[in-house]
Order: sequence, then structure tokens, then C-alpha cells
Amino acid sequence: MDIVLIHVFNALLYASVLFLIAGGLSLIYGVMRIVNLAHGNLYAFGAYVSAWIIGWLSTSVAAGEAARGAPTAVLLALLPAGALAAAAAGALLEPTLLRPFYKRAEEYQLLVTFGLLMIIDDVIRFLWGPYPLSASVIFENFGSVGIGDTLYPTYNFLVIGVGALAAIFLWAFIYRTRFGVVLRATSQDMRMSSALGVNVNRVYVQAFTLGCFMAGLGGAIIVPSQSAVLGMGVDALILSFIVVVIGGLGSLEGALLGALIVGVVREAGITWFPEVELAVLYLMAAAVLLVRPAGLFGRA
Amino acid sequence: MSRTLGWAGAALAVLIAAPWVADQYQTILLAYGLVMAIAALGFNLLLGYTGLLSFGHSAYFGVGAYAVAMMVKYLGVTSMELHLVGAVVASVLVTAVFGIACVRYTRIFFGILTMALSQVLWSLAFKFFWVTGGTDGLRVPTPTLLGVVTGKGDKIAFLSHAYYYYVLAIFVLCVALMWVIVNSPFGRALQAIRDNETRAQFVGIPIWRYRWVAFMLSGVFTGLAGALWVPLNGLTTPDILHWTFSGKIVFMAVLGGFRTFVGPVVGAVVYNYLESWAVGYTVYWQLFLGVILVVLVLSLPTGIVGTAERLWSRWRTPAQPAEVPR
Repeated sequence: MDIVLIHVFNALLYASVLFLIAGGLSLIYGVMRIVNLAHGNLYAFGAYVSAWIIGWLSTSVAAGEAARGAPTAVLLALLPAGALAAAAAGALLEPTLLRPFYKRAEEYQLLVTFGLLMIIDDVIRFLWGPYPLSASVIFENFGSVGIGDTLYPTYNFLVIGVGALAAIFLWAFIYRTRFGVVLRATSQDMRMSSALGVNVNRVYVQAFTLGCFMAGLGGAIIVPSQSAVLGMGVDALILSFIVVVIGGLGSLEGALLGALIVGVVREAGITWFPEVELAVLYLMAAAVLLVRPAGLFGRA
Repeated sequence: MSRTLGWAGAALAVLIAAPWVADQYQTILLAYGLVMAIAALGFNLLLGYTGLLSFGHSAYFGVGAYAVAMMVKYLGVTSMELHLVGAVVASVLVTAVFGIACVRYTRIFFGILTMALSQVLWSLAFKFFWVTGGTDGLRVPTPTLLGVVTGKGDKIAFLSHAYYYYVLAIFVLCVALMWVIVNSPFGRALQAIRDNETRAQFVGIPIWRYRWVAFMLSGVFTGLAGALWVPLNGLTTPDILHWTFSGKIVFMAVLGGFRTFVGPVVGAVVYNYLESWAVGYTVYWQLFLGVILVVLVLSLPTGIVGTAERLWSRWRTPAQPAEVPR
């Protein structure tokens, strides 16, 4: 029974982080019809920024005695810095690099984001070097709780909580606020909402920034439990592709369901069929595409 | 037509002379470029002529390469000709299955589906290490060419001479074959599908079947390139199955210009030089190539060949006599 519970928590843990990344990807596609191949790298960027700040505060002599051994609450409050950094990067990238491409063929949109992927990869390598960066002090300070006979890290519950909160806030944001109405209108028909006086360019920047913020948040909350490493972005991108393909590109409900499905299958895969775990996930995505090309929740 | 043949003849003469003029390193680099040119040529049958952007061509390249590596490891085959046959058979099988799934879709869904399927193969090669060697990959010794020429002794001399000409011969065959394909009624039908799917359907073209055949042809060219690549590299690793390798193939086609026949060939050779130069010059070579890609799609979307053609025609136009009014 305890083992089952731990598997469930692990599945929810994967699902939370995946929802944050894939939800951002899906939001961006839903509003601006662009598949951002560099999205995973923004998640990695968020993870690196958070790990860098936490690591510097908790270990560096330069930070002084006051900051050394800073209480966990302070470190935790600084954790979202990665999300803000990713959001800032997004707000910078959309008007400069992506805007010229909305009227052009999809091939070019994919290519420019692929170029961006290569660039951000190396920017991270340039800024933080090739070694892993960790913020494990938070993870350790949280300690663990006993589930039956086994110990389970308390921090994981925080990640699950953030994932759940993000889903609720996003839902409220999109279905219960004025900005959400404008966002949905632009997503349904960009020209019509433009004719009705919506500043489409501004909506695009906001949507892209929000999507990048979510990716950065995913990176920021995962980095205390696993180090930020080079290549984490590309891996995350592929997993969130599976999520959005299963759930439906452009649908947030779909991203949530897809993240839960992928989280459960991953956890089951790691336990029972580790060799084909990834292959099963990709085949699931392919199968969903074949049966329902628009995904479980998507609109064609 | 005669001018096209003239250009082709001049290019071929340069390629034949290369091992006598350039040093061994340069020649092997050129051999890599020609191999990638075959892959990009195959890729462009889908992108340039059928209008389908595949982000999964690493799968077919990898299938060709792994087919050769497996033949060496498990069957002890050393003949390059048998390797090529094996790679073609393997890539026909894989593309036939993948193709059935993919040809129903276009645009972004086609791209994601091909990417997902290629990642299936990558994860299998990655995880089943007792068969594929995992991340260590499989070592492949130099093969025997035409049953007589072996790489015993000086491997570098073998690769930069005998093997270079072997690659060149197959490259010329592939270019000629692809030229015939795209100019055949079949190739014209593909372009009709690309330009207007509905209209092509009304004319009576069975769209899915044509796309499926194009998908297989495209994959087989790429698989053949994978097989030719293995002896040059001496090793196959799952890297060549990863979707970022597909991105490289797309990069090559766009760099050269995917709207033209020779674009991908030029793009592949140039990309190969750029990458090896950048890797030797800086650890941040990805940044360098990424910036080139972004600038390219922003300002020169027609690629090297497309831009050169435009400049050439602009330069030629004033020199031509004014049209005589009737």
C-alpha cells in the first residue's frame, strides 16, 4: 500500500513539472499557432537561474555572514527568480525574433525556433559552464516524511502543490478575467479580435511571456531536487511534445490530462518496463495522433 | 538544359580532382559532405517537392547506419555492396511502416509525428545496450569495396582515396536518379500535391499513395547516406537517431535552398564545412550555427542557391537586348 502511495506521488511529481512546461508550450501554440522548439531551453534557463542564485546565497563567502545559512523561507522566496528570468527572456524574444514569422510558412517558424534552441543551449553553457548546478540545500532543509516504512522527501509535495496551484490559477486567469477573454478571442480568430480593437501584438507578447514564465517556473521548482544540467531542455521538450500531442496542441485541459497520463506511464515504466519506457511514451503519442490527430482535447 | 549539364560537368570535374589537389583531411571532410548531401537530397524530395516538413529523418539515416553495424557485428559481413543492400532493405521496411502512419497528415502534425516515431527508434537504440551498444555505440571496421579494395593498413589513405571515389560514384548515381524522379510524371504529381492538394485530388492523383512512395524514396536515400557514413565515422551512436540530427538535415536543405534541386546538396557540403570549422574554432559552435540559421531564415529564406540565382539573373538582365516589339 505504501509503495502504491509513493508511486502515485512520484507520478504526480512528474505530472506537475510536465504540466508547467507543456502547458506553456500549448498556451503559446494555442494563441499564436507557433511551435516553439526552444521552449525546453527556457525551462532549462529558469532552472539554471534559480540554482545559480540559491547556490550563491547558500554557499558563497561573498554573500556575507548574514546570507550564509539563510533561512529556507528566504531561499524559497528567491526560487521563482528563474521563472521571472525565463519570462523576461520571452518578453524579449517574441517581438524581436518571432514576430516577423507569423505570416510566413510553418517551416520557417520551426527553423527559427530551432536556431534559438541552439543559441540558448550555448548561452547557458557560456554563462554557467559545463558542470551541473544544484540548489539541493532547499531540498535537504525540507527533510522527509515517513510513509509507512519508507521516507519520502517533503519537498516533492511542494512541487505537486505548485503544479496544482498553477493549473487552478491558469484556469481562473483564462476563464474568469478580462485578459483571459481577450486571449481566448485572439486565439479563436486573430483578425476579428484585431478588428474589434484588441492590440494583437500586445496579447502575443503577454501570452508568450506567460508561457515562458510557466516553463521557467517548472525549471525553478525542480532544481532543488535535481541538478540543472546541459541537455535538460531538449529532453524536457520532447516529453512535453508527448504531453501536448496526447492532450491536444493548444488546449490547457489537454496539457493537464496529458501531463497526468505521461506522469503515470513514466512512473509505471521506470518500475516495470524501464527498457521501453521512452519508446512506449513516443508510441502513445504516435497512436493518439493516428486516432485523433488533434489530440484528446484539441480542435482541428 | 545544356547549361545545367555544363555546371554539373564542371562540379564533377572539381569533385574528381579533389583528392589530388586537397590534403587527406580536406578530402575526408568532402566525403562527409557528399554523404550528407545524399541525405539532404532525399529529405528534400519531401520538403521541396511534396511540401512535407519531416523532423524525423534521423530515423532513416540511423536505420541505414545501424543496419550496417549490425551486419558487421552479427553476420560478419564486410562487403560494402552488401552493406548498402542491407541498408536499403532496412530503410524500405521502416519507411514503409512509418509512412503509412505519417502520409495522412501535413504541416505541423506531420512534423511532430515523424519526430515522435524517430524518437522511438532513438530510445530503443539508447536503452537496448546489449544489442546496440547503447551510448557507446557499435564499432565498424573499414569495409571491402567491390570485393577487392580493403582498408587494411593505412585507413586514412583508404578513406581519402578509394572510399572517397566510392562515395562520389554513389553520390553521382543518387543525384542522377533523383533528377529523373523529380522530372518524371510522378515527380510532377508530387509538386501538384504540394501546390494544391484538393486540385491534385480532383485530377485523380491518389494523394496518400503518392506521398507514401515519396516518403519511402526519401527515406531510402537518407538510409543509404547513413550506410555510407558509417565507415567514415567508424562508429554508430544513438546521436544520429536523435531528433536534433533531423534538425541538422533540415538546416542543410534550408541553407542551400529547398526550392531548388541542387540547393540541399550545396547546403549539406557547406554546412559540413561550417560545422567542422566552428567545432574546431570554438566550444560555442552551436551558438554560431544557431545565429547563422536565424539570420538565414530572417533575411535569405531562399538559401545559398536561391540567392545566387537571383543575383545572377539580376546581373544578367541589363546585358540582354531589349525585347523587339511585334
